[in-house]
Amino acid sequence: MRILLDHFSKSFGSVRVIDDMTLEIKDGEMLALLGPSGCGKSTTLFAICGIHKVTSGRILFGDRDVTNVSSQERNVGVVFQSYALYPHMTVRENIAFPLRIRSLPEAEIKRLVNEMAGLVHIGSLLDRRPAELSGGQQQRVALARALVRRPNVLLLDEPLANLDAKLRLEMRSEIRRIQLETGITAILVTHDQVEAMSMCDRIAIMNNGQIIQIATPQEMYRNPRTAFVAGFLGNPPIAFIDAVARDGMLAVENADIRLPIPREADRVPEGTPVVVGIRPENLGTEGDAAIRGRVSFIETQGRENLYDITLANGKVLRSIQRVRDDVSLHDEVEWRVRSDQLFLFAQNGERL
Amino acid sequence: MTGHLKSWPFVLALSIISAPIVLMYSYLFIDTITNSPPGSFIPHEFTLEHWRFLWETRPGKPSIWRVTLNSFLFASSSCLVVLVVSSTAGYVLSRLNVPGRAFFLAGVMVLHAFPAVTLIVAIFLVLQMVGLYNSLIGVILVKAAIDMPLGIWIMKGFYDTVPWEIEMAGIADGASRFTVWRKLVLPQVKPGLFALGLFAFLLGWSEFILPQVLAPGGDVQVLSVYLAGLIADDNNFDMAMFKSVGLFYIAPVLILFLFFQKYLMNIYGGGTKG
Ligand SMILES: Nc1ncnc2c1ncn2[C@@H]1O[C@H](COP(=O)(O)OP(=O)(O)OP(=O)(O)O)[C@@H](O)[C@H]1O
Ligand SMILES: [Mg+2]
Repeated sequence: MRILLDHFSKSFGSVRVIDDMTLEIKDGEMLALLGPSGCGKSTTLFAICGIHKVTSGRILFGDRDVTNVSSQERNVGVVFQSYALYPHMTVRENIAFPLRIRSLPEAEIKRLVNEMAGLVHIGSLLDRRPAELSGGQQQRVALARALVRRPNVLLLDEPLANLDAKLRLEMRSEIRRIQLETGITAILVTHDQVEAMSMCDRIAIMNNGQIIQIATPQEMYRNPRTAFVAGFLGNPPIAFIDAVARDGMLAVENADIRLPIPREADRVPEGTPVVVGIRPENLGTEGDAAIRGRVSFIETQGRENLYDITLANGKVLRSIQRVRDDVSLHDEVEWRVRSDQLFLFAQNGERL
Repeated sequence: MTGHLKSWPFVLALSIISAPIVLMYSYLFIDTITNSPPGSFIPHEFTLEHWRFLWETRPGKPSIWRVTLNSFLFASSSCLVVLVVSSTAGYVLSRLNVPGRAFFLAGVMVLHAFPAVTLIVAIFLVLQMVGLYNSLIGVILVKAAIDMPLGIWIMKGFYDTVPWEIEMAGIADGASRFTVWRKLVLPQVKPGLFALGLFAFLLGWSEFILPQVLAPGGDVQVLSVYLAGLIADDNNFDMAMFKSVGLFYIAPVLILFLFFQKYLMNIYGGGTKG
């Protein structure tokens, strides 16, 4: 079901946590709410499921205005970071709970619970209690309980934060598989860009209670709207250096480096201070501009190496390349970057 | 537990120190079923005459069974009232954003600080005015009211440990606030309810001053008052019978402890992990 937040704001007392947010989640899509801690992701989620009252604005499920509808009647499935399973009930009872509340016939409950347990692969655990399950299994139970009543929308608040690295990888694809199989509209809250990029159809990136950009993961990575977005996506992260527009080129202060201005960037008036973003994978052996520096750190990643290059002015750039034997620590290098892969930002972070 | 430490010296020392107490307890029991010659501790005959209060009611005294029933009614009713009020009020104070919550919490604590005795004259007057003097209901209500503050605090503490996500999950699952409390939260504070219930019952069972002052009449007497009546009776004072009644009075408590001992040890053990 399509979800629409229409000029939604939320304040706690005098603190405005969400300011005039408009966000549409398309039917059947999985959207990531991505942002740093405290930016209001959970608040947005809780407003959608009705735990928080909105301060102003509207929330629509399909064409129905649910702004003043109680949480119980919104039929929203929520998976909490802590899973919030009912500890005194078995897995079967946990999953059946929302159906019992709706007074479904016992046979129907049994059928739906078994069907859902099959979907999330916990058929053999139905008679255990939550305390007897691993984190990943608890996660699956929480998903089953949220999905069993066919909710209008599935909300996931940092569902993977409590799992270890390997399980996280597994549950990432599992959650996506279950979402695709059920075709449910889902919102995933996370501060991990890898999760957002790998699991979701679109990403809404948030900062300070506002949405900075909404786009597909690819589009957002290729075309970040602000320096904040560029800095948030990508691992290892993008590096920024200060420069000034001079003679149709970008001069990096105190470093004897001149970069061409990317063609798609707006005209940059002479003397404008700008911030140049260079992704690690774009700094290497190919390109039309040269960057000189000293290799100050090498991190081995197996297939590739991550090189830190310290420029003459002390700024550090990162480069990720296949393992090279011709470069060692403290070498002076001159590597190349393609001008059309530079990102140019104004001092306030806006893309130029 | 002591590992490599030898335990027998400790056992010996403890035995010697506690011997007088053990002896006292033993005599409490032995005296009730024997007679000893004057001036001696060694019993010379077995008798059940000190337990005769069980089957014959003495003139001017209520029947022991009536009194026992009263004690049970008194203890279990006040326990029930304390449980019902504490489990609901504790939840409200722990979870709901009621106005004046902090004030109420502090107030509850202050109430608990009042010894019941200091209030007894006022309570007496109030009960007399509303016509509940010398009735079980009156003294039950008073006892429950006096135990309630502690109960509310204990239950609030237990509710505070239940993660709020569980309630939010329940609400999102479609359950009403009441169902959430009843089906999801209450089962998780069961150990607290259990402990509180037991303590409230025992407090009621051993309460003396309130029933003594507020419900002294023969029909509503409880065991503690009955027992005190035995000492006060100067005419035919019977030490052995006094002990027998005392034993009879504490027997239910001992049985209760025997039954629930294991559970009591676990009250804080079975938390809400997961
Ligand atoms: N009940 C509340 N009362 C007052 N302020 C609140 C309340 N809940 C959240 N806030 C504030 O709102 C802001 C956003 O909180 P929110 O929980 O939505 O952040 P978040 O993006 O989910 O962060 P995280 O990634 O750490 O979970 C925070 O600054 C927080 O302090
Ligand atoms: Mg959060």
